[in-house]
Amino acid sequence: MLSDTPTLEEYLAYAADLTARGAAAFTAAADEDALETARIQFLGDKRGELLLLQRALGALPADSRRDAGRAFNDAKTRLTTTHDERQLTVRHATTRAPHLDLTMPARHRWQGAKHPVTVVIDEIVGIFRELGFTVALGPESESEWYNFGALNFPPDHPALDMHDTLYLGEGALLRTHTSPVQVRTLQRYAPPIRILAPGTAFRRDPFDASHAPAFAQIEGLAVDEGISFVDLKATLTHFAQRFFGKTRTRFRPSHFPFTEPSAEMDVECRLCGGAGCSACKGTGWMEILGSGLVHPSVLEAAGVDSERYTGWAFGMGPARIAMLRYDLPDIRLLYDSDMRFLQQVAE
Amino acid sequence: MNASVSWLSAFVDAGKSANELRDLLTAHTATVEEVVTLRADLAPIVVARVVEEAAHPDSDHLHVTKVDMGTGELLDVVCGAPNVAAGKLYPFAPTGTLLPNGIRIEKRKIRGQTSNGMLCSARELGLGDEHDGIMELDVDVAPGTHFLDAVPIGDKRLVIDVLPNRPDLLSHLGVAREVAAITGVALTLPDIGVSDIVVPEARRFRRAGNAGGIVMHLEDTRLASRYMGVVIRGVSVGPSPQWLVDRLAAIGARAINNVVDASNYVLHELGQPTHAFDLNKVDPLPKMPERTIVIRSAKDGESILTLDGVTRTLTSDVTVIADSMHPIAIAGVMGGRETEVDAATTDIFVEVANFDPSRTRRTRRAVGLSTDASYRFERGVDIALAPRALERVAALILSLAGGEITSPPVDLYAGDLPHTAIVLRVERVARVIGIPIEGERIAALLRSIGCMADVDDRGAAVHVVPPSWRRDLRIDADLIEDIARLHGYDALPDEIRPYRPGTSSDAPLWTLAARLRDALSAAGLFEARPTPFVAGDASHVRVLNPLAESEGHLRQTLLETLATRAEYNLSHMQRNVRLYEVGAAFAPGADALPDETMRVALLVMGDRDPAHFTNAKPSQFDEWDAKGLAEVVVRAVGVEQWSLERSHEGGDLLWTIVVDGAARGHVSRVRLDAPVWASPAFGVEFVLRAVSNGDVAPPGEHAHDEPVPPPPRTPEKYRPLPTTPASEFDLALLLPAGVSAAEVERVIRMAAGELLERLAAFDVYEGVGVDAGHRSVAWRLTLRHPERTLRDKEIEGRRAKILSALTSELNVRQRST
Ligand SMILES: [Zn+2]
Repeated sequence: MLSDTPTLEEYLAYAADLTARGAAAFTAAADEDALETARIQFLGDKRGELLLLQRALGALPADSRRDAGRAFNDAKTRLTTTHDERQLTVRHATTRAPHLDLTMPARHRWQGAKHPVTVVIDEIVGIFRELGFTVALGPESESEWYNFGALNFPPDHPALDMHDTLYLGEGALLRTHTSPVQVRTLQRYAPPIRILAPGTAFRRDPFDASHAPAFAQIEGLAVDEGISFVDLKATLTHFAQRFFGKTRTRFRPSHFPFTEPSAEMDVECRLCGGAGCSACKGTGWMEILGSGLVHPSVLEAAGVDSERYTGWAFGMGPARIAMLRYDLPDIRLLYDSDMRFLQQVAE
Repeated sequence: MNASVSWLSAFVDAGKSANELRDLLTAHTATVEEVVTLRADLAPIVVARVVEEAAHPDSDHLHVTKVDMGTGELLDVVCGAPNVAAGKLYPFAPTGTLLPNGIRIEKRKIRGQTSNGMLCSARELGLGDEHDGIMELDVDVAPGTHFLDAVPIGDKRLVIDVLPNRPDLLSHLGVAREVAAITGVALTLPDIGVSDIVVPEARRFRRAGNAGGIVMHLEDTRLASRYMGVVIRGVSVGPSPQWLVDRLAAIGARAINNVVDASNYVLHELGQPTHAFDLNKVDPLPKMPERTIVIRSAKDGESILTLDGVTRTLTSDVTVIADSMHPIAIAGVMGGRETEVDAATTDIFVEVANFDPSRTRRTRRAVGLSTDASYRFERGVDIALAPRALERVAALILSLAGGEITSPPVDLYAGDLPHTAIVLRVERVARVIGIPIEGERIAALLRSIGCMADVDDRGAAVHVVPPSWRRDLRIDADLIEDIARLHGYDALPDEIRPYRPGTSSDAPLWTLAARLRDALSAAGLFEARPTPFVAGDASHVRVLNPLAESEGHLRQTLLETLATRAEYNLSHMQRNVRLYEVGAAFAPGADALPDETMRVALLVMGDRDPAHFTNAKPSQFDEWDAKGLAEVVVRAVGVEQWSLERSHEGGDLLWTIVVDGAARGHVSRVRLDAPVWASPAFGVEFVLRAVSNGDVAPPGEHAHDEPVPPPPRTPEKYRPLPTTPASEFDLALLLPAGVSAAEVERVIRMAAGELLERLAAFDVYEGVGVDAGHRSVAWRLTLRHPERTLRDKEIEGRRAKILSALTSELNVRQRST
């Protein structure tokens, strides 16, 4: 403590001591409360030690006041600065972030998606791409010749009937399958041909749970010298394993005007795994696609030498596969474009 | 085709179960879609032994018995049958069984004695009319065995999907032939007790002949390539025997009388439809000296009452069997009521014909009636089958209904066409199937299905004459199919062999569609795949035979169907709709084929962003979103020169998308049939390209060119990233009415020169402080010199130059603050 009538030397020594203690106290303060206690002790408005030091100035001889005043100012500056710096540090360390309830939901942007049928088509195309296939397209409005005649349909074939095919005029119709793309491609490109033709086909079927008047189809065609039924069977079996995972497949004799021999491929029923259930009528199998070797008449119709070249083709319905994949009870879900459905099955 | 397993076994005793037959036929011949267990209603019935039998204490005709049904405990059963005896086996219906006659067996007391089930008579099981007592079983099985397993009545039915190329499979004979070919077991005609009945040989004529009291006349051989008939006199029409009733029941047909049933039996056994007429009702008032039967086209307006009780008016499309007055049957479809065989019939005329397939189809369509007979004639009946079928049906009628044939049958037939052998090269077979198969093996496989097949001396070719019932075998490819399927598709290796890449690249439209789908999905839209049918009007392409008038036309634009889909969503209370489609649209063309274009379109309405607690009321999609999405489309398409030209028409059209000077699409408001709470909808439609539906080349020709690979996409090239700082300043400008933002930007760009790096309008204001009729629009300009920092004076200079150009050219001034 300073005496009531200190000498200059005493005053200067005390000021230095006060400054050192205050600075140490401020620096040692761990949080705002400790710093505030120290501030009141040293810089307090009523009884702070610095205030006492200032008051003590008046008790000094007049000739000492100049030097003492300077010492006081130094002490004040030093303590205030130290305090303020410490205050910033302590406040930053102890300040909490504004209250956030982190259980609240995230913010999103709208997510869009391709149609489930497109997803299936893309996946099929992707598998065949690995085997050298490219994509070919054709018109949905077709001539009777491309749709039937070139594909070896006899003129009185039931498919030509007005009950089954949607006609647009004399000799013009909405294609009933994607197979006309076979003929167009064979006319346009020389063999070897390895194409897939995804697209929409049409039948005069009213909408019901399993039929649509317009539906997706995907066609495959491979034509070259030496293409055989073994190529067909091996390639389609490979496809089935890649698409459905490990599954048994079987080929059954079938009939299409534009293939000979013709075969349909089944995979094990997706529902019962081959044990037999009501969906597969107890057979354990589900039909996936129709296929066959391209009928020589089709090659000839497209100007391709059927003695030199052979080929195979297949066709399947991605909508039916989408129904299996997404467990859809009704094919109309695929055509209604209900936002709730499209969001639900978005991949 | 419904085939009875037991009937097939009568043809070929291969010892295969129904499921084995299903798998064999499916693998080698035609798909068996289903195996139906017949008499499944008898599944609960078991074989039981009566262990003790005693008279009922309170009845003179009832018996009380102890019955062993294999459960280890004896049941008390009361039985009223006189023939019940201890030690014997009977069919037993345990409590809970629903009998075929609709009676449910319950535990009950009969005159004070408990009865737990019922010992059954044949009639109670629907197995005949025998009701003198319960059905005594002479079988060696343990009590408790299922009745169906113990007694050979549990036939199974194979439901076979017969495809149009194989009409020969529409009979038990045809299916049995395949079973024989697959299993190697010999085929014999079932024994139906007619082996010692002799039917006289038919006499052949070209167009007319007398079958003994009736003259048959085939007016036009285009109606029927063969027509046979026989007269049988003195028949007695009555019920058929049980075996015949059972055969017909097994395939789902009902017995009627012995004559009709014989005809029906032969139809399903051999695949040859036949028809019996009551001879005395044919031509009762003949114009000629004798009764006459004519195969001819109907005259327009003629009518006939058919067996189903319907009077049908005929047209010249219909082939009829007529007497000298009028039609008495619709050829190949159905007989007439007037000449129906009934209980009083004594003399019959039996027709065995081969009606023309396409003519039968026209007949069937004209009368709107399909029958088992018409189904077979439409697909083609074996021309050589008629004499066999006539012999079979006549013998069966003689055996079942008695009577006699007093005059030889008549066969109106021009004779077999000469067959030419198909030369099948062994090397070609190997090339097509993919594995080598020897000539002898090929010949053996083909012989197994009835072909004549001879291997030539060098073993290089097989000369094949297909059987009469396989008219689908015309060229070598047809034979190769049969070789492959008989060998077995599943026996071929699954080996992917080397291949050459194809000559065609991906269709550019496909690549483009994929890019668009990616871009629009990423923009938050969902792909739709609506059908292209619209109600439409004369501006649309008309569907000649639409399913409904509401779908009578094809869409001209994709937005037509997207709008319908948006309305569908609104009707399901979905106010946020974001849909796109890549698809085809159609406009009337120069001829019957429409002009087809591939397009992309999109429709957005509702919330621009998902609602969030930080954004409880998201703003709604507006014109600017649509404009932005149009730019997303155009960028994904990758065109170089494009612009969005604002519409001056007013109305719903907002912008036209112009590519290389031509309009290719538009951005518009979309009018919907929408509820009041719906937000406005905006659409974009863009034409990707025309799709040619014309001929690539004439039929039988090709147009092979050197393949032209698509040009590679030109990527955006790298430009050095700036190393000098940019300077930014804003201009708040007052635009008088009629001055567009685009004009202002053009002037700013001109005046600012190449230093201008970026120009963006960021604020628009109208109202207090802005003169009426004016808009205040603020632009931010970014200026940069590639090599050095711009000086303040330079920037000030540009600013002054821009403002002066704006004032002089557009009367646009800076807004005073
Ligand atoms: Zn199943």
